[in-house]
Amino acid sequence: MLPKKSKFSFDGTFSMARFALTKKASIYNRDMYKSHIRILLLLLLSLSAAPLTFGQGSADGDPALGEKLFKNNCAQCHAYDDAVVVGPGLKGIEERRDYQWLKEWIQNPAAVIASGDDYAVELYEKYNKTQMTAFQSFGDAEISGILAYVKQANEAAPVAADGGAGTAAAATADSGSSSVFNIVLIALLVIMGLVLVALLAVLNLLSQITKADGGEIDTRGFGERISGGLKNVFQNATVRNAIVVLFLLFGAKATFDGLYSIGVHQGYAPTQPIPFSHKLHAGDMEINCAYCHTGVYKGKQAGIPSASICMNCHNTIKQGSPNIQKIYTALETDQPIEWVRVHNLPDLAYFNHSQHTAVAGLDCENCHGEIPQMEVVEQRHSLTMGWCIDCHRQTDVNAKGNAYYDALLEAHNSASSENMKVEDIGGLECARCHY
Amino acid sequence: MENTTKKYWKGIEEYRNDIEVVKNADKEFNLEDLDGGTHRRDFLKMLGFGVAAVSLAACDAPVRKTIPYLNKPETVEPGIPNYFATTYAESGEYSSVLVKTVEGRPIKIEGNKLSPVTKGGVSARVHASVLSLYDNEKLKGPQKGGADISWEDLDKEVMAGLSSASNIRIVSSSIFSPSTKKVIADFQAKYPSAVHVTYDANSASGLIEANKTSFGVAAVPSYSFDKAKVIVGINCDFLGTWISPVEFASQWAEGRKLVSGKDGKHDMSRHYQFETGMTTTGAAADYRAMIKPSEEGALLISLYSKLSGNTIGNSTVNPEILSKCIADLKAAQGAALVVSGSNDPAIQTIVNGINSLLGSYGNTITFAQKCNLRQGTDSEVNALVSDLTSGKVDAVIFLDTNPVFSHPMGGKLAEAISKVKTSVSFADRADETASVCKYIAPAPHYLESWGDAEPKTGSYSLQQPTISLIFNTRQAQSSLLAWAGLDSDYHKYLKANWKSNILGGKSWVSALHDGVLTSGTSENAPVSFSGDLGAAASSISSTKGGGLEVSVYESIAIGTGAQANNPWLQELPDPISKVTWENTLNISQKTANELKLEKGDWAKLSANGYEIELPILIQPGQAHNVVSVAMGYGRTGAGKAGNVGANAAPFMTNFNWTANASLEKTKSGYTLAQTQTHETVMGRQAVIQESVLSEYVKNNKAGRFEPHIATSDGLVKPYTISLWNGHEKQNHSWGMVIDLNTCTGCAACLVSCQAENNVAVVGKKEVARAREMHWIRLDRYYSSDADSEYQINPSHLREMEIASENPEVVIQPMMCQHCTNAPCETVCPVLATTHSSEGLNQMTYNRCVGTRYCANNCPYKVRRFNWWKYFENEDFDFHMNNELGRMVLNPDVTVRSRGVIEKCSMCVQRIQGGKLAAKKEKRRPVDGEIETACSQSCPTGAIVFGDMLDPNSRVSKALERESEGRAFHVLEEINVRPQISYLTKIRNKDLADAKVAGAQKEEHHETEEAHAEEEHHG
Repeated sequence: MLPKKSKFSFDGTFSMARFALTKKASIYNRDMYKSHIRILLLLLLSLSAAPLTFGQGSADGDPALGEKLFKNNCAQCHAYDDAVVVGPGLKGIEERRDYQWLKEWIQNPAAVIASGDDYAVELYEKYNKTQMTAFQSFGDAEISGILAYVKQANEAAPVAADGGAGTAAAATADSGSSSVFNIVLIALLVIMGLVLVALLAVLNLLSQITKADGGEIDTRGFGERISGGLKNVFQNATVRNAIVVLFLLFGAKATFDGLYSIGVHQGYAPTQPIPFSHKLHAGDMEINCAYCHTGVYKGKQAGIPSASICMNCHNTIKQGSPNIQKIYTALETDQPIEWVRVHNLPDLAYFNHSQHTAVAGLDCENCHGEIPQMEVVEQRHSLTMGWCIDCHRQTDVNAKGNAYYDALLEAHNSASSENMKVEDIGGLECARCHY
Repeated sequence: MENTTKKYWKGIEEYRNDIEVVKNADKEFNLEDLDGGTHRRDFLKMLGFGVAAVSLAACDAPVRKTIPYLNKPETVEPGIPNYFATTYAESGEYSSVLVKTVEGRPIKIEGNKLSPVTKGGVSARVHASVLSLYDNEKLKGPQKGGADISWEDLDKEVMAGLSSASNIRIVSSSIFSPSTKKVIADFQAKYPSAVHVTYDANSASGLIEANKTSFGVAAVPSYSFDKAKVIVGINCDFLGTWISPVEFASQWAEGRKLVSGKDGKHDMSRHYQFETGMTTTGAAADYRAMIKPSEEGALLISLYSKLSGNTIGNSTVNPEILSKCIADLKAAQGAALVVSGSNDPAIQTIVNGINSLLGSYGNTITFAQKCNLRQGTDSEVNALVSDLTSGKVDAVIFLDTNPVFSHPMGGKLAEAISKVKTSVSFADRADETASVCKYIAPAPHYLESWGDAEPKTGSYSLQQPTISLIFNTRQAQSSLLAWAGLDSDYHKYLKANWKSNILGGKSWVSALHDGVLTSGTSENAPVSFSGDLGAAASSISSTKGGGLEVSVYESIAIGTGAQANNPWLQELPDPISKVTWENTLNISQKTANELKLEKGDWAKLSANGYEIELPILIQPGQAHNVVSVAMGYGRTGAGKAGNVGANAAPFMTNFNWTANASLEKTKSGYTLAQTQTHETVMGRQAVIQESVLSEYVKNNKAGRFEPHIATSDGLVKPYTISLWNGHEKQNHSWGMVIDLNTCTGCAACLVSCQAENNVAVVGKKEVARAREMHWIRLDRYYSSDADSEYQINPSHLREMEIASENPEVVIQPMMCQHCTNAPCETVCPVLATTHSSEGLNQMTYNRCVGTRYCANNCPYKVRRFNWWKYFENEDFDFHMNNELGRMVLNPDVTVRSRGVIEKCSMCVQRIQGGKLAAKKEKRRPVDGEIETACSQSCPTGAIVFGDMLDPNSRVSKALERESEGRAFHVLEEINVRPQISYLTKIRNKDLADAKVAGAQKEEHHETEEAHAEEEHHG
């Protein structure tokens, strides 16, 4: 049958047939995670709970929004408590800096450093001159949301599942956090329900007083009156319509959000045939990524290392381990190891590693997260087109010293004072990735 | 605009107002199945169910595996292609090629520019050969009488058969591999009774035999069409199929290139063609006359007589252009070349006589370098046939040949072979010959094999495997070596043979890397003509034609039929007739009228007791009273795709023709699967711009049509006004220049594009519905006799669509023009087609919702819609429906699904790849480093691709020279500003003879403009 050589070669993007299942919904026919449904619910609940006005600072922020933003954008470098990841921990950040400073810093850290702000410069020096990514798209709502989340998370940590109190409850960084958070939200609803009942009671009392003045006394029991009042409320056409409209609106939003998240595998961390630890190899042992992923600076695919690469070390190290024995077995029986792909791009998108690593000079962590800390590799970013585009909008072209870009850079600099972004040289055009 | 009163028709049917057309006038696609079927409500219901089903099904993620190598080869990096130099040398066709392999599978053939013979040109058939590698209808292992057998048993039985045989024949097509010849010699040493017979289905037997008697050299010489000022071809399709067409086309184009401007090149060769059917060579000729096959000899007798003043025989064949041709030939002494495709040694003797008279030997023809692509002669084949039929032979081996199908006596041969005690075929499938053999020892595809070639004396070429064996096959050479009791490792054998006989101390590795090796050429020894012209003339006059003659020709797509089971080739439209998936009975309109036949009819053609039934094709330029039929069709043992059409080989009794045939209509109402039904350009000078050399010399812009647009400030050139903002291009501006003068219509670009861009094969039925997917069209336009009287007058339109009896032909490659002001982009409701900052019109499949507005709004009609899902679909059972066939797909290009539009992307994946390579090396891309599939494969260099912002690119230089010369944009007046420019077609023809003359056009121009102006004021 087929020669081994070609059979084993369907590495990387499963290149044999990049069948694009375009247009039809079948493209999305992949995978909606239960977690997405959960997020939907969350969103629904959080929307109902969210304050209508946005202020400045954690007090006015929406912690649910903040949590999402924090996990997507900040968690790679910052912990919500005082642990240092890449940058400083954010516990007590509002005590350290005022809101205005934080806003400026988040939106454009380079400008704050350049302005000679002492605190900023010191921070920059302290963290090995690693500059924080700018989040220009973050406005007051987003920033205060993140601050609220940080505050909430830190407060919740010692209190744990103290559901009954009116204070915001725990939401820790691990995956169990959202269930705790759900409890918090439900608790909030319960409180709101109680307040409503109290208000109704007051209202009832007041109306009794006024009616008593008129001489007519409602002799119905309290419960009857409540149900009667509710009946009146629900028989009111305006209220009914409002409820229907609200329901439809939320339903529509949930549907759309759900559809948008189809095929997004963020957080996907499948079990591999061999529990290979990136934390051990890339983190503790500090083995360079390209040692195993040989194609990462050369071509389209980074490549999954062949068993022979494992053998470079494991022919002497830990031979006896049952998992290492699996590699030996694979080589002996001529049966390749079938790893599970973690990062899957749809076949209709062309992605080339070397453009991003060799040309743009980006680190692997930019897209893959802090792999050296991962025991089990998970997809850290959404890998959606929006995510790609955002980065192309924000990232400066690594044009310095590359003669390919000389004329482009000159033309750009003569027309604009901004740095030349990927977007400025056609980085958002369709046929850069779709053909 | 001046064209407002014009009206266009989809085809002549529409103009005639045929009842069918009227009936279907309100249906866009003339499709019966659009009635009934899915209604809007059903659609909505299904949509609802669909969404629900998808939501339910979408709750789990499929696990995608990624399987690395166990031991990654050092040179293979997943995602990075490797290129290997190898050689296509089969069935008399040669090409030195580079093979692109990704992760160990070959996916694309490119030309090897180091080859002194093919110079980087690759023919359509060689391009398509990569798909034949993945043909799953090939044999999976050796067979005996239709049942599987192991190689050991087969070897044992065959060797026993051979040792007991006293009369062995090895039958092969021309072998121009020095090592294979040595293998056969070794085999003969072991079995002295073995005789090697060379049988070519498209032989040059007449030429070889005539050269033997004329010069004592039984070989095909080397021709230099580039050195010839006057070229005369007599039934010789040297640009399409004759002997070494890729080599000849590039030489021919050398003499046809024109460069405008003061220091340009303003002269070109003059090409006369006398032929029976319309070929691409005839289409490219300056002067073309129609002759019947029986008249070839008589024409040459009269040519020789008039040229030399010595009458060697009687001839009544005197086409009008003959006297002009003779005068030109006389004037071009020493720089003339006359070639004939005939297999009659008498005719070739006279051709030799003419060429010696003209002093061609040593100038345009040389025996110093023999061409080895054709070695077979009819005499040895006839001897083989009589030996076989008389039962003299007791063992026969077939190597790369299929005489039961391709020989006129095929039926008899089949019977005879089945009676031979030991018969073996090396065919890759149970083809017509192999299926009557006892044993089939399948040889692998050339891309899985070692080998070498010597297409011309001193020009060597190596062949190396680019993939490990797909099936349980063994190279024919290994089998022969094994049966001769030698070491069957052909790789070792080849290397040893090269080291001792060919390399001459040079490195094997570098020869393998380059793919080619040239060792010193021998002296150009003068030859003197000693042929017997009188005898030749009398032999010719004894050959009688008469009645309806049948001429069998080789088509560009299928050739001799060896690769018939290749769906790319079957769907390749014939460059002239535009027919796909079958062969036809080509007759002239006059003959059709006489025989009461018309378009859509089927007819039965019979002669010499053989008959075939095929559809009629009315072919402009076809000689009267002759039916031309392509060979290579009518296979029965090729496979699903290949068993189409009817076999014409039995008609080749008189060399490749026969006389006194009869043609009878059998049925009517058939629609040919043609990709173009329109015959002429209907006088639209905005599409085809052409002139003659004498006018061009006077004015480099001769033949250019320069439209003007009426504005309030008077008439202005279209590009001076615009509704659009244009697109700023700072980095690159990719574009092409296509020279209509050197495009021969060989269709190499079309297949190359198909391979590069995963273009689907749709099948005959869909082609007939005009749903072919090719990204390049080769538009073929015939001249019309009405052209010279062209006026904007509806009463002339009927005449204008009728092609001349012997028309001038222009072939125009047409792909997406990448308009700067693209009409398609404006109408897309979902922004699926957008413009890039590098001048590309981008098509984003995943965004397309299939409204087809863009296709409707495209003035060039180059957008293709995926009416179906063409992969993994039983209804389209071509290569994309099986796992093996899909191995040919290019991993860098999306396979489009049903419901989206696609079109030429200007090979954006290659552009991106080239840019990335440059960026990694921190430099700008160099011109020529990035090539599109079509420009890469053009044997004549007619398509040039490059960056128009790079002042040193070939494209920029060509446009700089030709902007005030031959360069034009198609449909300039609609102001879409394409990135693709064409160069005018210039014929080396006297103005008076030209069917479409530049000067005549100029006059009409003015009247048109005046007319338009009048209208405007009115």
